[in-house]
Amino acid sequence: MSDTTVKLSDAAIRRRMLAEFWFYFSQNRGAVLGLVVFILLVLVAVFASVLAPHDPTVQYRDALLVPPVWQEGGRAEFLLGTDAVGRDMLSRLIYGAQYSLFIGIVVVSIALFGGIIIGLLAGFYGSWVDTVIMRVMDVILAFPSLLLALVLVAILGPGLTNAMIAIAIVYQPHFARLTRAAVMAEQKREYVTAARVAGAGNLRLMFKTILPNCLAPLIVQATLSFSSAVLDSAALGFLGMGAQPPAPEWGTMLAEAREFILRAWWVVTFPGLAILISVLAINLMGDGLRDALDPKLKRS
Amino acid sequence: MVRFILNKLLYLIPTFLGITIIAFSFVRILPGDPVLLMAGERGVSPERHAELTAQLGYDKPVVMQYFDFLGRLLQGDFGTSLVTKKPVLDEFMALFPATVELGLCAIILATVIGVPVGILAAIKRGSWFDQISMTTALVGFSMPIFWWGLLLIIFFSGMLGWTPVSGRISLLYYFPTPTGFMLIDSLLSGQPGAFKSAVSHLILPSIVLATIPLAVIARQTRSAMLEVMGEDYVRTARAKGMPQRRVIGVHALRNAMIPVVTTIGLQIGVLMAGAILTETIFSWPGIGKWMIDSISRRDYPVVQSGLLLIAGMVMLVNLLVDLTYGLINPRIRAS
Repeated sequence: MSDTTVKLSDAAIRRRMLAEFWFYFSQNRGAVLGLVVFILLVLVAVFASVLAPHDPTVQYRDALLVPPVWQEGGRAEFLLGTDAVGRDMLSRLIYGAQYSLFIGIVVVSIALFGGIIIGLLAGFYGSWVDTVIMRVMDVILAFPSLLLALVLVAILGPGLTNAMIAIAIVYQPHFARLTRAAVMAEQKREYVTAARVAGAGNLRLMFKTILPNCLAPLIVQATLSFSSAVLDSAALGFLGMGAQPPAPEWGTMLAEAREFILRAWWVVTFPGLAILISVLAINLMGDGLRDALDPKLKRS
Repeated sequence: MVRFILNKLLYLIPTFLGITIIAFSFVRILPGDPVLLMAGERGVSPERHAELTAQLGYDKPVVMQYFDFLGRLLQGDFGTSLVTKKPVLDEFMALFPATVELGLCAIILATVIGVPVGILAAIKRGSWFDQISMTTALVGFSMPIFWWGLLLIIFFSGMLGWTPVSGRISLLYYFPTPTGFMLIDSLLSGQPGAFKSAVSHLILPSIVLATIPLAVIARQTRSAMLEVMGEDYVRTARAKGMPQRRVIGVHALRNAMIPVVTTIGLQIGVLMAGAILTETIFSWPGIGKWMIDSISRRDYPVVQSGLLLIAGMVMLVNLLVDLTYGLINPRIRAS
């Protein structure tokens, strides 16, 4: 090493990595747009009680199926109209953001945590541990995800918590597979051998040495799973197996609105639009993250 | 090649056993007594309860019950529906063609549109066509299809009155259905207007079910084409002065199609999940709606065997995709 080499502090290295990440991420305009929408969504969810003009569960009996304000018969106090029992659509949509984000965070956290542990064990120990674990994962993956989630909810009983657990169980093999593949690739590297020679125990090797170097594909998968979780939980809600009425969850709102589709377009259109925009924003972000974190793409 | 096929088959056996264990445990994990659960709210007398318990084998140890279950499956006995009292396999076979018809139409639609769009987007990389088609594909990929179906119903059925809202054919027509495929049966029936009615019923569900596979196929085709077009052999073909059409049509496309074929094959799982939602929205009498109805009716033998049959089918299709892949690409066979 030459004398001119400047030794950077850990914080400085982290800052540089972050700057590099942002450089590649911001090249993708769609990803930045997705990020902005996602931040807005988070703000709406956090400040729902301030932003919502009405209580999402209060039924205004004199205002059933009021159309949005710009349509004939619309009322200024209900900007996006009301549903069949007179609840304000806008307020329900705003509170619905809380549900979607909460579901996404919980599902991804459980699936990520479980998947990482299982994948680490399979990849690190190999042999029969690996074979048994990966066969079990194959079995879970053999079922269409929504169907398995549905059946799990049927076993556990309909409801938001059980729906989240079911979706997390169904998603978890993807994380386990990714972690295992990354661990198996990293394990052969010299830094792992060096750490082992230096006397690092198995737990330290797994979690402190290897895991941090496997995070990039997991982050991308987590983002994609976040959007799928929002979609699947809405689908379960729509089928009556997810969040139960009167919860203002977007999928459940759609299920309640089904019978009015030919009479009141707004009760169907807005919840679906909310799901689409959120999922699209997260997917756009996911694309950007993949571009920024994948070293192969960076070089091209 | 034979070894490759045998290897793949051997690999499937533990997975299939795993699937049977999950399907078997499904009824066992349910909280409470399975006989009481099946009896529903009316309940059963203690004598009848004992009789049923013995008849269904619930008095034996769990492991024995599992092997009994497996033995019955191997003999083609998939149990009897609690609601209709018909064998589950018969019900499955009666409804299966409806789902296959819908699924086939959807995957054909997705491929016929998705592949050319992907190729064109790759050739014209960065153009407005590329940007618009890929943005649309991402929207399609993010689409809650149960909502998309409702929107199409509002617009095409409600506002324009072009398409029917539900079912496979208008109630005005009645004819035997030897194949179970409404398009074929309506043609065979010779009744004027029957085929047209079957087609009009199929349009919206097919579009809804095709949406996500279409988006995935278009995106995958584009990226496969882009990757291949950067390869040396494509550059060589260009350098030899070969016309662009031939370079893309012969050299690039053939190689790019390998991952695309796999992607199309792997959409079967996506289609099955989509079928549950699509069939529910359009009251399409297929496997997806059957499963949903059975879950809400607590018809556990149907749910159990349906789960098994669907997973087995998805596994079989994936095996076929794997084998085709090995057939097209000898390198896969070797590894």
